[in-house]
Amino acid sequence: MMLDDFMTRATLAGVGVAFAAAPLGCFVVWRRMAYFGDATAHAAILGVALSLTFQMSIFAGALAVALIMALTVTLLSGRGYAMDTLLGVLAHSALAFGLVAVSFLSGVRIDLMAYLFGDILAVSRSDLVVIWGGAALVMALLAWRWSHLLTATLNEELAYASGFNPKREQLILTLSLAVTVAVAIKVVGVLLIAALLIIPAAAARSLARSPESMALIAAAIGAFSAVAGLRAAYVFDTPAGPSIVCVAAVIFACFSLLGLNLRRGA
Amino acid sequence: MSLIKVENLSVRYGANTVLSHVEMTIEPGEIVTIVGPNGSGKTSLLRAIIGATKPSAGQVALKPGLKIGYVPQKLHIDPTLPISVERFMRLTDRVSRNDCAAALEAAGVPDLLLRQMSQLSGGQFQRVMLARALINQPEVLLLDEATQGLDQPGSAAFYRQIEEVRRETGCAILMISHELHVVMSASDRVICLNGHVCCQGSPAVVASAPEYRALFGTGTGGALALYRHDHDHDHDHHHEAAE
Repeated sequence: MMLDDFMTRATLAGVGVAFAAAPLGCFVVWRRMAYFGDATAHAAILGVALSLTFQMSIFAGALAVALIMALTVTLLSGRGYAMDTLLGVLAHSALAFGLVAVSFLSGVRIDLMAYLFGDILAVSRSDLVVIWGGAALVMALLAWRWSHLLTATLNEELAYASGFNPKREQLILTLSLAVTVAVAIKVVGVLLIAALLIIPAAAARSLARSPESMALIAAAIGAFSAVAGLRAAYVFDTPAGPSIVCVAAVIFACFSLLGLNLRRGA
Repeated sequence: MSLIKVENLSVRYGANTVLSHVEMTIEPGEIVTIVGPNGSGKTSLLRAIIGATKPSAGQVALKPGLKIGYVPQKLHIDPTLPISVERFMRLTDRVSRNDCAAALEAAGVPDLLLRQMSQLSGGQFQRVMLARALINQPEVLLLDEATQGLDQPGSAAFYRQIEEVRRETGCAILMISHELHVVMSASDRVICLNGHVCCQGSPAVVASAPEYRALFGTGTGGALALYRHDHDHDHDHHHEAAE
């Protein structure tokens, strides 16, 4: 069967994560939450350590810790420290505690690299179910709340005046981010998740004329990066996760130059 | 029945009380202006009315099902967010392209429908925000220093537009402004705010009230304050002692 091929499974996993990460990444870019994605992702390594300790699923552990991290940041924001300071403290402490916690795990031999940089070639069928389930959840949440999310992103007061609470929309983004991080660990690892969120969205900006088209273009760029990156990794024998991010980065560079030229020509 | 009824409203941020015991109402079809120095709680009052700030005491009662149109003080659209005027108009309401075009026309900026928001001038941007606020036929329009960043003729034209809107739609208007001379003449009622309601009434009554003179009329005897427009002088808050 088709899914027996590890390359096919890897490609499906990459495309699934890209579909969720790209539209979510647009909000991350618009709201200037790039660091927020980083913090959530770095915290996930602590979740990985805890999952291994208590022998539960990596996905559940990473999701739980990412969620706690994201909620903590949301709660603490605007209470004394600047956001980037707060995130710098939390993101790197969570990563450090996670790495230390992993070192305490005796008996289990853990390939830490697999969690830092992802191990997309080892994606199993059940991983695929988790990845596509998570991605479908995130896409459904974003599609369902789209106009409210957009309004809350533009202006908090506009949201209140239209009769809904922008804090709840923020919470939906936070939740989506935690789910995306948890499902993306296997694909690109915790260090490169933020790249998959931000780079496709940033690359889409120069072509897009509306928020919706930016999300769709970003999803296409993300999915293409996953396919092309995996192909490149196979051909050149390079690490898969970073190869995907490299393709996205090259697309970003090309589109930015193209965008500059278009604007100059116009 | 009042559209908005604010009763004994107090708002505190931490230990800092920004509003205490504020009472006010907005009736259908009237234009009410809130004036007050910086830090007097004008924006907090507006935020409390839309539910963005929780009162520490008292309450804000809105007419059930009240439709509010809101024009924020300034709206920053991140340069990474591409959005056309048309899409912005349809942000919270499902409206047809024709309705969008009609609303822009009414706000004095036809032909902007397909432009990107990032390409608009300050005056165009404010008018598009006004058009968006009006598109759902609100019963009350809230404006938070909506003319900030516009020059004198620009803001005068904007306020003329507001009066036009009221005349055509009968929509009540509550606005905050620094620009006393323009605003006072266009208002039915003025509320002078400085942490509490100092005085309120028709523009003429407020302009001659000692509390208002204490806040705005330094050195000019109050009556002239209607025509003054200073941003860079200090306000002596004598009225606290005078009460």
